Amino acid sequence: MRIANLTHGALFMLGAYLGVSILKRVPDLWLAAALAGAAVAVFGFFLERFILRKLGGNVLGQVLVTLGVSFIIADLCLIVWGGDPIPIPTPGWLQQPLRLFGLVFPAYRLAVVVIAVIAAVGLYVLIERTRLGAMIRAGVDDMDMARAVGIPVSRLFTTVFCLGAALAGAGGVIGGPIMSAYPGLDADMLPLALIVVILGGVGSLLGAFVGAFITGFVYTFGVALLPDLAYVILFLPMILVIAFRPRGLFGKFAA
Amino acid sequence: MRWGVLLAALVALPFLAGEYYINLTSQIFIFAIFAASINLLLGYGGLPTLGHSAYMGLAAYISALAALKLGWPHWAAAPAALLGTVLVAGAFGLIALRATGLGFLMLTLALSQVLWGTAYRWVSMTDGDNGLRGLSRPFQIDGATPFYFFALAVTVFSLWMMARYVGSPLGAALKGTRDQARRMSALGHDVWLIRWVTFVYAAFWGAVSGLLFVYYHKYIHPISLSLQSSAEGLLAVIAGGSGTLAGPLVGAAIVMLLKNWASAYIERWNMLLGFVFVFIVVFMPEGVVPGVKRLWLRFRSRA
Amino acid sequence: MAALQIKSLKKAFGGLPAINGVSLEVAPGERRLIIGPNGAGKTTLFNLVTGDLRADSGSISLFDSEITKFSTHRRVHRGLARTYQIITLFPHDTLEHNIALSLLGLSRLRWDFFSSFEGNSLYADATEILKLVGLEHLAARPLAEVSYGEKRRVEIAMALAQKPKVLLLDEPLAGLSREERGTVKALIASIPRDVTVVMIEHDMDTALDMAERITVLHYGSVIVEGTRSEVVADPKTKEVYLGH
Repeated sequence: MRIANLTHGALFMLGAYLGVSILKRVPDLWLAAALAGAAVAVFGFFLERFILRKLGGNVLGQVLVTLGVSFIIADLCLIVWGGDPIPIPTPGWLQQPLRLFGLVFPAYRLAVVVIAVIAAVGLYVLIERTRLGAMIRAGVDDMDMARAVGIPVSRLFTTVFCLGAALAGAGGVIGGPIMSAYPGLDADMLPLALIVVILGGVGSLLGAFVGAFITGFVYTFGVALLPDLAYVILFLPMILVIAFRPRGLFGKFAA
Repeated sequence: MRWGVLLAALVALPFLAGEYYINLTSQIFIFAIFAASINLLLGYGGLPTLGHSAYMGLAAYISALAALKLGWPHWAAAPAALLGTVLVAGAFGLIALRATGLGFLMLTLALSQVLWGTAYRWVSMTDGDNGLRGLSRPFQIDGATPFYFFALAVTVFSLWMMARYVGSPLGAALKGTRDQARRMSALGHDVWLIRWVTFVYAAFWGAVSGLLFVYYHKYIHPISLSLQSSAEGLLAVIAGGSGTLAGPLVGAAIVMLLKNWASAYIERWNMLLGFVFVFIVVFMPEGVVPGVKRLWLRFRSRA
Repeated sequence: MAALQIKSLKKAFGGLPAINGVSLEVAPGERRLIIGPNGAGKTTLFNLVTGDLRADSGSISLFDSEITKFSTHRRVHRGLARTYQIITLFPHDTLEHNIALSLLGLSRLRWDFFSSFEGNSLYADATEILKLVGLEHLAARPLAEVSYGEKRRVEIAMALAQKPKVLLLDEPLAGLSREERGTVKALIASIPRDVTVVMIEHDMDTALDMAERITVLHYGSVIVEGTRSEVVADPKTKEVYLGH
């Protein structure tokens, strides 16, 4: 959607913290994820509708506002939930390791992979194969023309933004058993999101998927080999790809 | 004329004010150089950078490490810090300038995050979250007033050099690339090279501010390389008004004063910073200095 | 030796072929006019010659040296200059500042980062250039404050300041009143013969008497080329224009 959004890491973290609180009343992780996602989506609605929409095209303004909002969220979480990391328990039935092809896998992490694939495929189908997705893509390509044809671009953009926020929030809860909720989670997640988008290419879902894959692989192996330089290794694929291809692997245009 | 009056006032300050204010003003000087260097890219080059703290922090760390690990005196550590930072900036510029606008911003952010994360994780080198302490100031200017005058001299020189850059032919070309990049190419200017040279030049002065920073605090921590630190610098430029020479200075003073005042009353500087960002973008997008100028002209035309 | 030589140039946008194998040669000192209905690809052709767009295939040469792979500013240093259909100058700056920026592009001064730009030697040269287009009395006026016709003349002055060997004029008469058109036409006619001029114009009637040879473009291909009388007489020309 060509919005410079630096709030995404904070939305992930907000979802994780909300999940912690929701889980005290609703012990089911998946339900908590859905509820947290919905709550974060509501927050995203207000952010997009009342602030970001007024800044269309003003890249620097969007950056500063979303950055500011991420700072606000981060400090609010600190005030409400305190400074200690809060673990999120793994759902009981996924606590056992799984035996597959003679290798042992932590079941929960496999479940997360499955969910990620479902989400990616679902998003892809939504954007590329449905009428709604076509309208969204039209709105991104040429906002005025799309409006002239009767597409409610502003409403669609708000919807997409809320969907993104919902995914981030739910993701925070789903990632909870692996990462916990802690101050600074947003700062840890944001660069990952940035890398994936730049590496994969702006405007490409496939790029995001492939970018996440590559980054994850390189990072995990790299950190095992050279833990001190973890951050350099994290960014290395992105830097290398950009050096040779400014638009990323599958990007539609140079960011 | 106005600059002369300001300079005289600044020279007189240590004789009139207490140590707290002298130190505060020293910090404003350091931050002013940092903000002005960001403005070279943002205001005059049209290149929004969110990773400038990388150069401030890197120079500080190199200076600190040279002293602590290699035992180098300042006259060797300082040039090493400046040179090292400039080399890294040159490399970073090659990557970041593969894009403009939003892409450039994300790349500068990503690159500075590399340095930040490395400062945190490479504990054997940087002592991670503990930071590096036990550092010294050059010329043993340990008192508030001697350091103040040192900082003032460096600040005046730095700002003067940056002002000359902006007023030079290269500076005029830079402004041209900000306004009409394609046209500038058609006029024979190498837009990429102009931007890259400016990127490195801005990083150099960011490094200078980093050296002053580490001399003042005698301590350096990864947080100086953080996104938050870059954002504070960016805020100073936006608040003061980009594209003017005085803007970043006013903005630096505002942000520094706000930070000092706020930390006495409010624990959550970050949240305040966030609100200020949102407020400025929504209500005062052109910044304080142009806004005040506008009001002043309106006032004078009425009188 | 041709001043500008284009061989089998092709450029497509997605599936849409904008330039479909165009070849042409302009002799040194010639006045060439490129015409064609809207969408024929005239400005795209210019953009390919200046390097604003990269060709998919084909070659472009300036005085027998190939510039197909050169960046835009490098082509400028080889003697190519261009005006634009839409004014993209610097409205907040004075006329002399605008011209000085143009002069700076080819001057050694452009890497000077210390001495003052305002009022330096280039400004004096800028005033001389403004004299060529009759605007030196407006030298210190911001561009935004001068009339559209005067802006068009500044466009041409910007290009002339580059002392080009090949000058591309993209619809230099667009949007001008009759009187202004006369002034600009006289200005173009006064350009010395050591500059080769290639012009795009949409309005056939006004432009015809400025050209020696004419190339007619349609849907990205050359359909007619020749002297003025040849092109006017050719039935394909009439078809292209009357059919629309």
